[in-house]
Amino acid sequence: MYAMKNWLIGGILMLALSAVPPVCQGMNMPDSITLDSLVQLYDKVKFDHAKHINLIKDCAVCHHHTTGTLVEDPNCVRCHKNSSETKIVACKGCHSAQPFSAETLREKRQGTKLYHQDKPGLKGAYHLNCMGCHTKMGGPTGCLDCHKRNKAGDALYNSGKSAPKKAQGNAAGHGH
Amino acid sequence: MKRRDFLKGCMICGAASSLGISKKAWGSGSFEGYPEGMGVLVDLTRCIGCRSCEAACNKEQQLPEPKVPFDDQSVFEEKRRPSEEAYTVVNRYEQKGGPVYRKIQCNHCNEPACLTSCFVNAYTKTKEGAVIYNSKVCVGCRNCMIACPFNVPGYSYSSATNPVVKKCILCYDTRLKYGKPPACVEICPQEVLTFGYRKDLIKIGHERIRETPDKYVDHIYGEKEVGGTGWLYLSSVPFDKVGFDNTLGNEPIISNVKEFLGTVPMVLTIWPALFTGFHLLSTRKKGHGDDHGHDAHSKSEQEDAKK
Repeated sequence: MYAMKNWLIGGILMLALSAVPPVCQGMNMPDSITLDSLVQLYDKVKFDHAKHINLIKDCAVCHHHTTGTLVEDPNCVRCHKNSSETKIVACKGCHSAQPFSAETLREKRQGTKLYHQDKPGLKGAYHLNCMGCHTKMGGPTGCLDCHKRNKAGDALYNSGKSAPKKAQGNAAGHGH
Repeated sequence: MKRRDFLKGCMICGAASSLGISKKAWGSGSFEGYPEGMGVLVDLTRCIGCRSCEAACNKEQQLPEPKVPFDDQSVFEEKRRPSEEAYTVVNRYEQKGGPVYRKIQCNHCNEPACLTSCFVNAYTKTKEGAVIYNSKVCVGCRNCMIACPFNVPGYSYSSATNPVVKKCILCYDTRLKYGKPPACVEICPQEVLTFGYRKDLIKIGHERIRETPDKYVDHIYGEKEVGGTGWLYLSSVPFDKVGFDNTLGNEPIISNVKEFLGTVPMVLTIWPALFTGFHLLSTRKKGHGDDHGHDAHSKSEQEDAKK
């Protein structure tokens, strides 16, 4: 029982520690975060947290109202005008890795009072956030700029080492 | 009752019945889709044209190896359509605010025209919302390819002996049946594709428009088009600019033939009785006299025939 409690507390602490940036909280922050939800197709992504903190300064640009400055978006202000910072700031704390599973959809249907019905899944949250900003700020936007594809990934995309052999033949044939 | 009055009455009744009954009453009425039907909401503003959905579809449906890799963007130079080798394709449309990408696949209509047009009943609309087909009974007539308002079904032209129709089945066999989202939805990095109950997706779509009205055209394509489709679309640019047909109207394709099909039973049941009635009336008159005139008439007819 105790062990479980300790485990839980430890887990929560780790989550909190792993996500709260020092610039915002004056706490120790991970300079680098490893994102591994797509390991089936890509190598782990080492997200340079420190670099992004130095570049953007305001945590709330990426982290909703949960940390940094309070939310300004009029849609969010309607409810979150006075919302305080929360303990969980990591994306995966709220954004599900399986947003379209039968259970998730059923739960959504039953929780009719839940306002955030249209909450993106974890992968969607990452990419919409990162890609949206990268497009605006001129950051890298190609898939392989952040993700190094592994063997299974190559096979899925018929690319790299799994590139179609016919294609090379065709490309050569076009010249004639 | 005089013969003339009887005929007049028939004419009036016939006219009244054909005018009075509305178009829809002939057929089975309109079908709004199964209550538990699933669908996919496509938000064109999110798509970055990575073609991951094409790759995932290719593997899930065990389709042939593509001619170029799935991360090759050169395919956007032409507008493609789904085929036997690719049940889904993404096309690029250059717009003022930058490129807009549009994924094409079967829209899984509430009232599928392909299903209506198929005379061997190969198509089924499942309660989960997928429009699936039985390629074992398909005779390869390609009626469904003509009937589909979205030009979706492909055809296995490569098969010399048994060409059949090929199209997206919403991953019914391998995923949807087991409560899993289609492969394209699962792989999409940008969550362009939102999988859920069709009814919920319509609410979500309207909510997105309401929250960010400047971002979207105030319309969900597929909510009402051709009686409603399982795939629904949100766009920042007018739909006809990115390859959608805005002229399809909201009536299911089957409505175009319901009226005609409704007259078939009438012809088969009412007409025999009606004309038997005419025949009986005219022969009864024969028995009541004026034989002379009738004979004269038949004589002249015989003469006509001889000529």
